Amino acid sequence: MAEALREKSSARSWRAPRLTLRQREAIEAWLFVSPTVVGFLLFFLGPLVAVVYFSLTEWNLLTQEATFVGIQNYVDALSHNPDFWHVLRNSFVFAMGLVPLNMALALTLALALSRPFRGVVFFRTVFFAPVVTSAVAWAIVWRFLLQGEGGAVNQMLALIGIDGPNWLREPDWAMVAVIVTRVIKMVGLNMILYIAALQAIPRDYEAAARLEGASNWQIFRMVIWPLLAPTTLVIFVITMIGSFKVFDHIYLMTGGGPENGTLVLAFYIYEQGFKFFNVGYASALAMIMFVIVLVLTVVQMTLRRRDMQ
Amino acid sequence: MTLTVRQTRLISRICWTLALLIVAVPFVFPFLWMVSSGFKSATEIFGQPSLIPRVWRWQNYVDVFEYQPFARQYFNSLYIAVTVTVLTLAISSLAGYALARIRFAGAGLLMIFLLSALMVPEEVTIIPNFFLIRWMGLTDTHAPLILLPVFGSHGVMATFLMRQYFLAIPRELEEAGKMDGLSRFGIWWRIALPMSRPALAAVSIVTFLFSWNLFLEPLVFISSLEKFTLPLALSNFTDSYGLPLWHLQLAATSLAVVPILIVYLIAQRQIIESFALSGVKG
Repeated sequence: MAEALREKSSARSWRAPRLTLRQREAIEAWLFVSPTVVGFLLFFLGPLVAVVYFSLTEWNLLTQEATFVGIQNYVDALSHNPDFWHVLRNSFVFAMGLVPLNMALALTLALALSRPFRGVVFFRTVFFAPVVTSAVAWAIVWRFLLQGEGGAVNQMLALIGIDGPNWLREPDWAMVAVIVTRVIKMVGLNMILYIAALQAIPRDYEAAARLEGASNWQIFRMVIWPLLAPTTLVIFVITMIGSFKVFDHIYLMTGGGPENGTLVLAFYIYEQGFKFFNVGYASALAMIMFVIVLVLTVVQMTLRRRDMQ
Repeated sequence: MTLTVRQTRLISRICWTLALLIVAVPFVFPFLWMVSSGFKSATEIFGQPSLIPRVWRWQNYVDVFEYQPFARQYFNSLYIAVTVTVLTLAISSLAGYALARIRFAGAGLLMIFLLSALMVPEEVTIIPNFFLIRWMGLTDTHAPLILLPVFGSHGVMATFLMRQYFLAIPRELEEAGKMDGLSRFGIWWRIALPMSRPALAAVSIVTFLFSWNLFLEPLVFISSLEKFTLPLALSNFTDSYGLPLWHLQLAATSLAVVPILIVYLIAQRQIIESFALSGVKG
């Protein structure tokens, strides 16, 4: 009887071998990260692999299902479809307009608002307010303000004798309008990043430069700007990537028009995929976007590494 | 006439303030014009412009709710944003804790994989995700509007933010908890989480707004009116030609934006800091 009991308990302890502390910790850790890992595989890595495959298939309303066609979609985009280069050009024009304007304004505002004075909180609050506002609301209001006739912007311009264009109905002006309104929407974010970086610069540096008789501009050029370089690089890449994925703003302000004048890559992907159901072609476009963003990120990392050495 | 140092300083201060006030106009004006136009009639909106409506038309705010199930849509946005926030807090702080505190095989590789998710825009994976959600039978439900933000790049950003914060908590406190016989889970729940309130607050604020403002996912996944979220509903105040019904659209937009702005004005320091902490998203 006693022997049987002993046998039973030893059998039990054999079935559940004692884990080492390390093993137990590892199991605990993987339990902690398991929701993240499952979600990551299901909604990110899986789809990323799938989009590569989709981009190599012909899949639209006619074919109904995916048939493998190799790199045909990429060839179509790069050499057959004139829309693609137009869209890519628009995306680059948008980025080239938005990034410098956004960064210059963000830095100027940050320089003005990095030291305490009466009203500094008021101004910071004002310039950041559009960031917490939904892009949809922002686009709706600006579309209203920028109407050709009766729009508030043109009525104000009329007060000083300027006959404003029909902003969102002329391709070039529409591009200008979506860039500027997007800058106003997002500049607050870069402003606070610059303010944080400026406040981290020891005041002694500036004081020392001033003792040696440096002017404000010289202090900025020789002391502050070099010290801001890492922040500037981060802001540059983030703003650049952000400008390539702009979608809701364009969707609501211009719908890609007029005459496809503001048709940018993210909007084109949406249109091809969900409006025209060209799944294969849209997936190839998504891959192209992925590569652009990847290249930008790698360039940033390389620059940064070189910067540190 | 020569100016004293004090005088020049005062003059430059005034010039700066004036310049800032002028720059501030396009940041403030849209909000004022939005609220004011939301109180105008359809005809007054295109008449002589004035910031104060001639006739305050409160009826707009009744019509907004009759044109489409706006109260329901408002509630949808609210409960989805709260759900996304709570889930993100739980999942990102669990994973962030393990990545900060436990040394385990595969941690390095996992970090690299997660980091890569930060760089990929939602637009790249939205097409396969659409088929995945359809295969799961979840199109035209709120599930994708919860799942995709929680597990997408926003959730990963939250995980790294939490990890960064946990790294800064002194280990000794956890050792003491271990002595008292707390399990890993107990240490996370009773020691690590209470100590990281600022990070939890930052994740909450940024996540709530992220979900509240989400547009592409609702646009792709939701088709029935009563399941719309606010951004989708706002874009839907149109006449039979698809042209905006401005007075209703702007009244509805005011209803969506003004409560957020009021909270922002009260807690602006905390909210701005949260965005600075989560850094670099946008």
